[in-house]
Amino acid sequence: MSVTMNKESAPSSTAPAPITNSKGSQPSQFTIWAGRIVLGVIILGLWEFLSGRAFNQFWLSKPSLIIERIGKMAMNGDLWFHVSVTLYESITGLIIGMVGGILIGILVAYSGVFDKWVYPYIMAIYSLPRVSLAPLFIVWFGIGMTSKTMMVVAMVIFVAFYNAYEGIKNIDKDLMDMMDTYKAGRWHKLRWVVLPSITVWILTSLRLNIGMALIGSVIAELVGANRGLGYYITHSSGLLDTTGIFTGLVLIMLIAIILEQFVIQVEKRLLKYR
Amino acid sequence: MTASSPKLEIRDLQVKYNAKDDNSIALDQVNLTIENGEFVSVVGPSGCGKSTLLKVVSGLLQPAAGTVKLDGKPISGIPDEIGMVFQNDALLPWKTIVDNVRLPLEIKGMPRKEQLAEVDRLLEMVGLKGFEHYHPKQLSGGMRKRVALSRTFAYDPEIYLMDEPFGPLDAQTRVKIGEEFLELWERVGKSVLFITHDIEEAIALSDRVVVMSKRPGRIKAEFTIALPRPRPFYEIRFDPLFKEMQKEIWACMSEEG
Ligand SMILES: Nc1ncnc2c1ncn2[C@@H]1O[C@H](COP(=O)(O)OP(=O)(O)OP(=O)(O)O)[C@@H](O)[C@H]1O
Ligand SMILES: [Mg+2]
Repeated sequence: MSVTMNKESAPSSTAPAPITNSKGSQPSQFTIWAGRIVLGVIILGLWEFLSGRAFNQFWLSKPSLIIERIGKMAMNGDLWFHVSVTLYESITGLIIGMVGGILIGILVAYSGVFDKWVYPYIMAIYSLPRVSLAPLFIVWFGIGMTSKTMMVVAMVIFVAFYNAYEGIKNIDKDLMDMMDTYKAGRWHKLRWVVLPSITVWILTSLRLNIGMALIGSVIAELVGANRGLGYYITHSSGLLDTTGIFTGLVLIMLIAIILEQFVIQVEKRLLKYR
Repeated sequence: MTASSPKLEIRDLQVKYNAKDDNSIALDQVNLTIENGEFVSVVGPSGCGKSTLLKVVSGLLQPAAGTVKLDGKPISGIPDEIGMVFQNDALLPWKTIVDNVRLPLEIKGMPRKEQLAEVDRLLEMVGLKGFEHYHPKQLSGGMRKRVALSRTFAYDPEIYLMDEPFGPLDAQTRVKIGEEFLELWERVGKSVLFITHDIEEAIALSDRVVVMSKRPGRIKAEFTIALPRPRPFYEIRFDPLFKEMQKEIWACMSEEG
């Protein structure tokens, strides 16, 4: 059944059409996107207009200059050079941190008393400002990309752990009882109940972690690097180049938006059943 | 399986929820026997421990005292031969109807092709053909109940433990599914322990109706339903014997204590 959840879709001939809860009060996709674009244009327009008039252009730069800079960087290859490094560190770290956090979350949640022993310690480490570990990571893992990737892992692993853990603790007990009455083994329980149950939680943590991953890699680059958007930002601020700083920030934002949209698509696919 | 031992034998069963506290006794001195192929219903007020009783028989809950024997053997862990229909459907929301029904077959390790053939047969039987690739959310409450029933049929247990399987259905659907179920059961003839709060439903389906008292649940009385089989699930209600039983069970339930 490849019928999209669309009110206009014609009822299929043989089987009755799926019962979808009509969301009559929800605004249409068009209204949502039109509103978003108008809001964006107003903000950028105000920024562009006020810069150089209400305040000195030196403090906040302005959108036209940033766009011009991005164009220039795209031409001379700087754009991809810095973006690819930050992207690589963030995504590698995100994957390692998510997988690691989820595995640890599952293991701890099913570890009986051990769970009770370690949980407070894990949460204690979580409350540390991990950002302040960045210089230490550079000492441990060097100035290259490894230290940045590790910083990203440190940033994302806790949220991944916590959500997988809570997801497991929130599994519907009746479903597990049901699996037990059919004498399901561990593998079947994992495949049919545990993983699908925690998917919602994992996707939520993935969305939160996109921002965390970018913060992690950029902070580590700020502390010590010779490439990447974080490096570009520190380099620009050394030259008092505000446009450069803002260009770096805008690029980070764009990456976050694109990655987030990607996760939303995955979510739509995996959570279609809801 | 020896001819002499009943399918299910419950002796002096006591179940507590939080040990140490005397108020936590959910079931006390419960004695119940179900013969091979016998259909026994349990009725009683809400909270008297009906679901608890099924959880003990299915091995999901440990009794505080007493014994539960299946085919003369005390149960330890989850027995092989029980098929539970939960008070809520316990369907997997992320799986399609086909996948939900073939779950027990998959666990048994049946080849995929045979699974699908069997699921096909069962969905046809409960009138859900054409809904194979729907998700539970897209079905009505009654349809979900039928999916849960076919999943238990797929498992093909020796004894069916059914916890208000027609619970949230409207009167009309109840009769329709009850009718279908009675017909199916009269064909397979397995033992059934059936929980309901609907006295008429209990009488129409059962060989015996057990009335439980309010918490802590005890067995207050047992009624043998000597109506001939096969029974017409709905019309049987106009039988004088049916009316008689209905009156007696009503009187028993409304008695204090
Ligand atoms: N997990 C639990 N922990 C503690 N007490 C429980 C638990 N489950 C049930 N009980 C208690 O045990 C008693 C019996 O519960 P049970 O669910 O067996 O009732 P029931 O007869 O099935 O009720 P209903 O007809 O409403 O489904 C209730 O009083 C309830 O408060
Ligand atoms: Mg109950």
